[in-house]
Amino acid sequence: MTVKQLTELEFFSSVTLPDPERSIDGVYIGDLLSWVMGRASSGDAWITIMSNVNILAVASLADTACIIVAENVKLDDVVIKTAEEKNINIIYSAVGAYETALALSKAL
Amino acid sequence: MSELLNFHFVVDGDDFTCAGQASVQVKKNLRQLGLPPEIIRRVSIAMYEGEINMVIHAGGGVADVNITEDFVEIILADKGPGIKDISQAMQEGYSTATDNIRSLGFGAGMGLPNMKRYTDYMSIDSVVGEGTTITMKVNIN
Ligand SMILES: Nc1ncnc2c1ncn2[C@@H]1O[C@H](COP(=O)(O)OP(=O)(O)OP(=O)(O)O)[C@@H](O)[C@H]1O
Ligand SMILES: [Mg+2]
Repeated sequence: MTVKQLTELEFFSSVTLPDPERSIDGVYIGDLLSWVMGRASSGDAWITIMSNVNILAVASLADTACIIVAENVKLDDVVIKTAEEKNINIIYSAVGAYETALALSKAL
Repeated sequence: MSELLNFHFVVDGDDFTCAGQASVQVKKNLRQLGLPPEIIRRVSIAMYEGEINMVIHAGGGVADVNITEDFVEIILADKGPGIKDISQAMQEGYSTATDNIRSLGFGAGMGLPNMKRYTDYMSIDSVVGEGTTITMKVNIN
C-alpha cells in the first residue's frame, strides 16, 4: 500500500504528502526516539503521539515511509512547514495507536 | 588508504529543537556519493545519536566525517562534563536526561547502544571535566 492510499482510509487524513507513492512495508509504534531509531525499519509507517520537531529528523534518518500522528494530536505549523521542506510524509490518525495499527494491519 | 572526502560540522549546544542538522546533511552527502542505502542509514542514525548526545549532555561540540574507499568514519568531540562510567552509560536504559528532555522523546538510554549496533567499530574516549570523543566506523564493503 502507498502512503497516499492510506490517507484515503477511515480515520486517516493527510498533513504533508511530498512522497505520496512511497510504499508502506511495515509498522513501528513508539514515542521514545532512540527506540524508533534502533528498531524501526526502512519503509515502516511510524505511529507516534510525539509532536515536536525532532520527529522529523528521526523519520528522515530512520527512513520511515511516513509518520502517523495518532490520538488526534495536532502538529504546530512550523513542524508542518519543516516537514514539507524536508520531504517527510505525515498523516493524522483520529484514533489511538492500537486502533491505528489494527486499521493498518487490515489494509497492508 | 586514501581519504576521499571529509566534512566538518560545528554542533550548536543551545537549541535541541533543531539538533540533528549535521546528520541530515551527511545523509544527503552520502546519497550524492551513491553509497548503498543501508550504509547511509547506519551512518546517519549512529551520527544522529552522537550528535544529539553532544547537544543534550555536553553543550555542543564538533563532528568530523571522513569517507574512504573502505569505510565511513565519524568523530564526535565535545568539551562537556565527560562520562564517569562508560560501561554503565553503554547499558540499554541508562540515562541522566532531565524531565524536560525526556518530554521531547529523548532519554530512553538507547543512543549509545544504537551507535554500537549500527557501526562496525566504536570507541569512547572520555575524561570527566574535560570532554568526550567518540569515534565510529562503518565499513563500506
Ligand atoms: N557526549 C556526552 N557527554 C557526556 N555524557 C554523555 C555523552 N553522551 C552520553 N552521555 C551519558 O551517557 C548516558 C547514556 O547515553 P545514551 O545516548 O545511551 O542515552 P540518552 O542520551 O540518555 O537517551 P537516548 O539516547 O535514548 O535519547 C547519557 O544519559 C549521559 O549521561
Ligand atoms: Mg542519547
